[in-house]
Amino acid sequence: MNIIKASKLVHEYIRRDEEGNVESIQTAIDGVDLEVAAGDFIAVLGHNGSGKSTLAKHINALLEPSEGTLWVDGMDTSDPERIYEIRRAAGMVFQNPDNQIIASVVEEDVGFGPENTGVPTEEIWKRVEDSLRSVGMLKYRHHSPNRLSGGQKQRVAIAGVMAMEPKCIVLDEPTAMLDPVGRKEVLCAVSELNRKKGVTVILITHYMEEVVNADYVYVMDQGKIVMQGKPREVFSEVETLKEHRLDVPQITLLAHELRKAGLPVSKGILTREELEQELMGLYGSKK
Amino acid sequence: MSIILDKVNYVYSTGSAYEIQALKNINLQIEDGQFIGIIGHTGSGKSTLIQHMNGLMKATSGGIYFNGRDIYEEDYDKKELRTRVGLVFQYPEHQLFETTIFDDVCFGPMNQGLSKDEAGLRAFEALKMVGMPESLYYQSPFELSGGQKRRVAIAGVLAMKPEVLILDEPTAGLDPKGRDEILDLIADMHKKKKMTVILVSHSMEDVAKYVQRIIVMNSGEIIYDGTPGEVFRHYRELETIGLAAPQVTYLMHELKEFGLDADTDATTIEEAKKSILKMFR
Repeated sequence: MNIIKASKLVHEYIRRDEEGNVESIQTAIDGVDLEVAAGDFIAVLGHNGSGKSTLAKHINALLEPSEGTLWVDGMDTSDPERIYEIRRAAGMVFQNPDNQIIASVVEEDVGFGPENTGVPTEEIWKRVEDSLRSVGMLKYRHHSPNRLSGGQKQRVAIAGVMAMEPKCIVLDEPTAMLDPVGRKEVLCAVSELNRKKGVTVILITHYMEEVVNADYVYVMDQGKIVMQGKPREVFSEVETLKEHRLDVPQITLLAHELRKAGLPVSKGILTREELEQELMGLYGSKK
Repeated sequence: MSIILDKVNYVYSTGSAYEIQALKNINLQIEDGQFIGIIGHTGSGKSTLIQHMNGLMKATSGGIYFNGRDIYEEDYDKKELRTRVGLVFQYPEHQLFETTIFDDVCFGPMNQGLSKDEAGLRAFEALKMVGMPESLYYQSPFELSGGQKRRVAIAGVLAMKPEVLILDEPTAGLDPKGRDEILDLIADMHKKKKMTVILVSHSMEDVAKYVQRIIVMNSGEIIYDGTPGEVFRHYRELETIGLAAPQVTYLMHELKEFGLDADTDATTIEEAKKSILKMFR
């Protein structure tokens, strides 16, 4: 079943002057059709200003479509009566962990969401414990968020979303401000949630390496979906991606360069292991 | 002409329960015209270190010498030091505030005491250097894309004509193309203007590609200092302190383990490509 479905989705940012006359219209999303099956790990790529974050805000009903329709778990996001249900179904994690943490103790921060929706106290504690465990932060439950690293803070933010028991989480460049270890921690936590708890993941990122294990990739440019497919398919189009101001993982780029130099390695190599196997094979047949 | 740090220590919140030694006995010499990368995980002391270099923070003990003069001498002109050592903070676009791009870039040189005409000339030059189209000069900086805003912010520092340019994660949050554009711009200024550049980065691939010398920080100490090839040779140790080597370096090491004659000092795609093609020749 599809948990998210967009049909001819359009979003326009309209700027008005003091009298309310339209000054300018900027189309951030321009006729997007998209379907996400429940339990999938989806990645959305695109340069700054391509419309990715606007799309993310639609999934959480933070924005309402100008045209077209978006359904989240069968609910139309333009239906004001269902906004809270939609937000419970699709949780959101933003770029800067410091802007998302509000309490002075980790476990209170994670419990904030369910507490606000009237979940019974015992159930809250259970959820807090479960979600902190699922992101590997349980032993920090009594710590102050101020003294955590960026990766740890971001995992607390993810736990806070998980405590709402969403079917789907949307992460908008969750690793942009983190160091390599922090990035790895967050990505591992997200893949675990996807694999073990079956949560649908929509990951928006600029790091091509993070996308390699996704089930499906969408590439956006000027508000439109310009490429889509499995990571291997998308990343074999090195030149097209570059036209969209994007990149490929470093290993994929090296394989691409080797191909251009005349070495017969396959297209769409994603990992070190794959390239090593290819090279060892070629080396063996050379002898 | 150089920056010398001699046994520099810095302690935050001295005497309180939260006392942290952020810099421990740092000895460092930065020669003119070098392109240096500083890496280290969050909280390793990178930002504290660079803020000492232009006198924004004062060492708890130890000395700092810029072009042979002790910057902690009483009559040393700190304001001038800050124009000669330009610092571009993380997310510098958050500091844009003027109504037009041109005015924003003029702010630094005006503050230096230059006349309006001179400041304008500097701003013009700096905006040209960062590749801003002239048609945008009198628009609001807030309507630009993330990458362009960052260029304006960098131009604001360049307009003060620094001899040393320090950038704290200048590519954070930019898309891959924007990242390459900013880094190419910095490399270009280093080459053409012979500027000393110090780049703080979380991307091992970027440092490997651009800099000549890498300084690795861990809990307030410099643990490695050398060329990318030399530093990334310690990839296992780097992993234990939250860093890594570029992906291609791992590839080369693994190919070597499989018995191929791979150059394990390769840290960029170009170097790896050269070594692999050599194996198949």
